[in-house]
Amino acid sequence: MSNVAEQVKKIVVEHLGVEADKVTESASFIDDLGADSLDTVELVMAFEEAFGVEIPDDAAETIQTVGDAVSFIESKAN
Amino acid sequence: MRRVVVTGIGMVSPLGCGAEISWERILKGESGARKVEKFETDDLQTKIACQIPFGDGTDGTFNPNDWMEPKEQRKVDEFIVFAIAAADQALADANWKPESTEDQNRTGVLIGSGIGGFQGIADTAILLNEKGPRRVSPFFIPGRLINLASGYVSIRHGLKGPNHSVVTACSTGAHAIGDAARLVAYGDADVMVAGGTESPICRLGIAGFNACRALSTGYNDEPEKASRPYDKDRDGFVMGEGSGIVVLEEYEHAVARGAKIYAEVVGYGLSGDAYHITSPSPDGDGGYRCMEAALKRAGLTMADVDYVNAHGTSTPLGDEIELGAVARLAGDAAKNLTMSSTKSSVGHLLGAAGAVEAIFSVLAIRDGIAPPTLNLDNPSVETEIDLVPHKAKKMEINVALSNSFGFGGTNASLVFKKVEA
Repeated sequence: MSNVAEQVKKIVVEHLGVEADKVTESASFIDDLGADSLDTVELVMAFEEAFGVEIPDDAAETIQTVGDAVSFIESKAN
Repeated sequence: MRRVVVTGIGMVSPLGCGAEISWERILKGESGARKVEKFETDDLQTKIACQIPFGDGTDGTFNPNDWMEPKEQRKVDEFIVFAIAAADQALADANWKPESTEDQNRTGVLIGSGIGGFQGIADTAILLNEKGPRRVSPFFIPGRLINLASGYVSIRHGLKGPNHSVVTACSTGAHAIGDAARLVAYGDADVMVAGGTESPICRLGIAGFNACRALSTGYNDEPEKASRPYDKDRDGFVMGEGSGIVVLEEYEHAVARGAKIYAEVVGYGLSGDAYHITSPSPDGDGGYRCMEAALKRAGLTMADVDYVNAHGTSTPLGDEIELGAVARLAGDAAKNLTMSSTKSSVGHLLGAAGAVEAIFSVLAIRDGIAPPTLNLDNPSVETEIDLVPHKAKKMEINVALSNSFGFGGTNASLVFKKVEA
């Protein structure tokens, strides 16, 4: 697992209070990890803070799964 | 109108997590005041407060994780956590778990707070200034709004009746219970979860009340001596925090399900001083009319009242004004009257004060004992009324009146009466 993926997983576990083994690449924040719409806004903010990237609102809407978040952040970093 | 009784009580106070343990410690003469250590106080005039004893949940300590998941706690200010804990206790005590649609629709919530999420607003204002608007959490607003205490409690227990809140400074808790009792009396609900909650102990809170010259400043080295209502050396109130919640229920509804009944809410009165934003009117007219209105509603007079739980905050002005109003209303009956201020033990819980004091009033009725006014060494005025200095007093209490007066000149009085089994 990439460094970004590990960090994303850690943030998700911390913010949503879920078991680490549930935070798989395909896990949906809302459908699988119990987040509501406000939780997802806060998650995106936490990613921005941790990785020093800006995630515009239209991009944030496309980030539905753990894998989506990792891909987006890695694309910004590259 | 329908009769309304108290069938459940819950509390998080500076003397402990739970109404019974707080009450036991009050009767023993314990004080919840101590030095503030959770933030810097060097530059504050007041360095003490009556603080919730956080801990692992044993020996009366308050463990927030027992009541709300840590990840949920992050989203809200402590006033909401305190209210959730006190409401859980009150509903369990009342043994009321509405599961049918009808029962859920007929159970409401009315919890108020004087200020709401003080700490979170202060912290977020700094964050906004330092890091900009994109760092403001989506939970900032729903975690600070005063009515979200009612919101969280309703969601947690599926209570779909009236969902309401009160904001009347230090009268909030009493107004919440009085207004909720009216909703039950009028038939808008059969059961109401009602009370107040407050978490004001932060730098901004102390700085703000210091600026109003409202807090005690002369007892930083002897915190337990600072709250001394009616004593000649009092110099302001001691800030407290926590929550008091009661379950109010229509009398027949309570009897039909065999609920334990603490007391009946027989009177509720309200008034405005129309005098000054922070000072009570010197003639005590607002408090007098408020008590008079509550007694009229109850069909009683001051001569029928055995015990008054005073507003008695330990401020130089307020205590004597209230005492004067009570004495005038009691007239010749003043010599038979007992009145004490439990703020001498738990401090001033602001928006929660009226609610915790309502609970102490019904427990005084239940146990036949008037709680003490601590630190009352030398009363500043002479009075025929027994102010219960230092030690609790065993006595028959059939009727108790509880006063709450707030900034803005807002007054509330509640009258509770023993229900014969």
